[in-house]
Amino acid sequence: MKIKAQFGMVMNLDKCIGCHTCSVTCGNTWTNRPGTEYMYWNNVETKPGMGYPKRWEDNDERKGGWQVKNGKLELKAGGKASKLLNIFYNKDLVQIDDYYEPWTYDYEHLINSPEKEHQPVARPVSQLTGEYMDITWGPNWEDDLAGVHETGKQDPNMRNLDEQIKFEFEETFMMYLPRICEHCQNPSCVSSCPSGAMYKREEDGIVLVDQDTCRSWRFCMTGCPYKKVYFNWKTHKAEKCTFCFPRIETGQPTICSETCVGRLRYIGIVLYDADKVLEAASVPDEKDLYEAQLGTFLDPYDPEIQKEALKQGIPADWIEAAQKSPVYKMAVEQRIALPLHPEYRTMPMVWYVPPLSPFMNAMGGQVNTLDPNVIFPTINQFRIPIDYLASLFTAGDSDVIRKVLQKLVAMRTYMRYKELNKEFDRSILTEAGMTEETAEEMYQLSAIAKYEDRYVIPKSHREDAGDMHLRQGTAGFDFMEACRSCMGGSPQDADPLSYYESGFWRELDENAPKGF
Amino acid sequence: MTSLDIFLWIVFPYISMTIFVLGHIYRYNKDQFGWTAKSSQFLEQKRLRFGSTVFHWGIIFVFLGHVGGLLIPKLWFDTIGITDEYYHFGAIWFGGLAGLAVVVGGFFLFLRRVSVKRVVKNSSPSDYVALIMLGIVVLVGFTNTAGYTASGGTFDYRVVIGPWVRELLTFQPSQAMVASMAQAPIGFQLHVTLAFVLFAIWPFTRLVHVFSLPLKYLNRNYVVYRNAKPYGTPKTKTKYDVSSK
Repeated sequence: MKIKAQFGMVMNLDKCIGCHTCSVTCGNTWTNRPGTEYMYWNNVETKPGMGYPKRWEDNDERKGGWQVKNGKLELKAGGKASKLLNIFYNKDLVQIDDYYEPWTYDYEHLINSPEKEHQPVARPVSQLTGEYMDITWGPNWEDDLAGVHETGKQDPNMRNLDEQIKFEFEETFMMYLPRICEHCQNPSCVSSCPSGAMYKREEDGIVLVDQDTCRSWRFCMTGCPYKKVYFNWKTHKAEKCTFCFPRIETGQPTICSETCVGRLRYIGIVLYDADKVLEAASVPDEKDLYEAQLGTFLDPYDPEIQKEALKQGIPADWIEAAQKSPVYKMAVEQRIALPLHPEYRTMPMVWYVPPLSPFMNAMGGQVNTLDPNVIFPTINQFRIPIDYLASLFTAGDSDVIRKVLQKLVAMRTYMRYKELNKEFDRSILTEAGMTEETAEEMYQLSAIAKYEDRYVIPKSHREDAGDMHLRQGTAGFDFMEACRSCMGGSPQDADPLSYYESGFWRELDENAPKGF
Repeated sequence: MTSLDIFLWIVFPYISMTIFVLGHIYRYNKDQFGWTAKSSQFLEQKRLRFGSTVFHWGIIFVFLGHVGGLLIPKLWFDTIGITDEYYHFGAIWFGGLAGLAVVVGGFFLFLRRVSVKRVVKNSSPSDYVALIMLGIVVLVGFTNTAGYTASGGTFDYRVVIGPWVRELLTFQPSQAMVASMAQAPIGFQLHVTLAFVLFAIWPFTRLVHVFSLPLKYLNRNYVVYRNAKPYGTPKTKTKYDVSSK
């Protein structure tokens, strides 16, 4: 048994209001540099919709993740030799237009324009070419179902639906899906990188790109089925969500979580057996992947596991954090959080509590009964089709979704009766596989959701780290500029595209301690 | 043997090779961040597909051909029974074909670089210098094969340029070989000299990505782990362990 600790996140989709605050704060923190304008390491998609980039979930075309071929787990885009043979042209690469062509506006014109008959306007200017452009696609083009009658049919999740969903006003549905890098247990991006520049941190599972070692081979972008490895077209290097490791290491939640208005994000660690990962990712039936992944997680309360973890160098405070971990609680104990697209076989570590939705019933009004035979069937009439959720979270297994939704409904019903001091018939809890204690615990964690319950983040033991100086530049973005204009220093360049000319990088990289 | 001959066939090649070697060492130590293939496929790929694939495969075979023609002595070919006729047949047809691929592929890449707005905006001067310099060397070399050797030229580079290169690389340049280099047809002289100009600018352009061909990938574990605190090992001044899965 090889015990590893792994950070994970749970997002409670019931609470997401689609405000994009997470995307904005992430962008301000990490991707406000030339070459990264188009990147949203954290983005919020309205589902149904094509997504960002377009049709990222159409894996027959995008070729991300793993597949089982002749009983063996292999990268879907091709193995090592095939990658090297195709290194001059990656035929499966996503194009920047699939995300969107980044633009700014010609704001100067508002001020400089001579007097004319009409008010001057700020026309959009492409950040790739510096020329005026017409905007025909953007990062949130489908926000709140905008244009869904056109694009919704191209949502790859729709093809799994039995009934033909019509995108008509009365029948349509929607939900928000915030997405960050999944920091997978079995990362296919890391496995696709020929240079060995991408790596998974042994001590906490965070997946990073070594900016000094990246050689621009761009297979990671194809390898990631979530399309969460981006290409900085200015530096020609891959970049991705860092799980805000500088914050995490000091016990603070990621910036997307910290600023989440709906407080729907949870961060914690799980202990897992790394020796079981390959086997779990290789199970033949896609629908077994969810259970197989749960099977790799270790019980942090088990004294044997604790002893072995300590022996293998997991710090005691991390084991304690694993016990309090909201991720472990919601994914393993309560079983209300599910992995996103487990069929990609990367064993993702950002899990989702599927959203409830109003049911489209004939009864009208509230269902004011405790009879499970009346309440639970309403789940099948939820506006968001069960099969759609199953396509997102369980590789199409709608029974799992139904069970999770049952729990969410049972917990709410129980709490309503409790608050009203009414007689409660426990059969609805029993049917959902819960007790009063578990319902209460679920309520505390998902409804009260105290800060210290949502974020159980053990600090990293940097005091034990090896020579940090040698590792400069290998973990992230130390080349990022400080605010150049606000320090009273040099004036900002008129043309943002000129930032990187004339040996700019070389100068910044003077200190990189690399041996030959 | 004039002093110009000595400069062209001894001094300048050594200057160039020194810049080539030291330049690479310097850049590798000082500019890991800039050491990339500078792929622009993310911005434009329709026109890249043909150009890049044909060019790169072509130049790999051109490189192998040069190794065969320059570094392997003629005696070796003679010994294993490859006659001059056979050799030249192969050199002209396979070499010519590979050369043609490089010329055509390179031309497509050049057109793309100067005409696709996104790529133009995102090109540095060094990209143009590398591409144009490489293009000139290739064109001159291809002209030698297609226009001289194939059309009956009698100059055998295997008895002049080959030994001269081997002497240079083993630091034993001889007057005799310098003298015969001075007698070589102008096309070959030009190709060699321009190639050494290219070698001298090589370390300071994107061409460094040639040395990053990731062959190590072939026998690596898929998932790479790095450890801030190697469990059970004392603190050492080593780089990250890339430990196995």
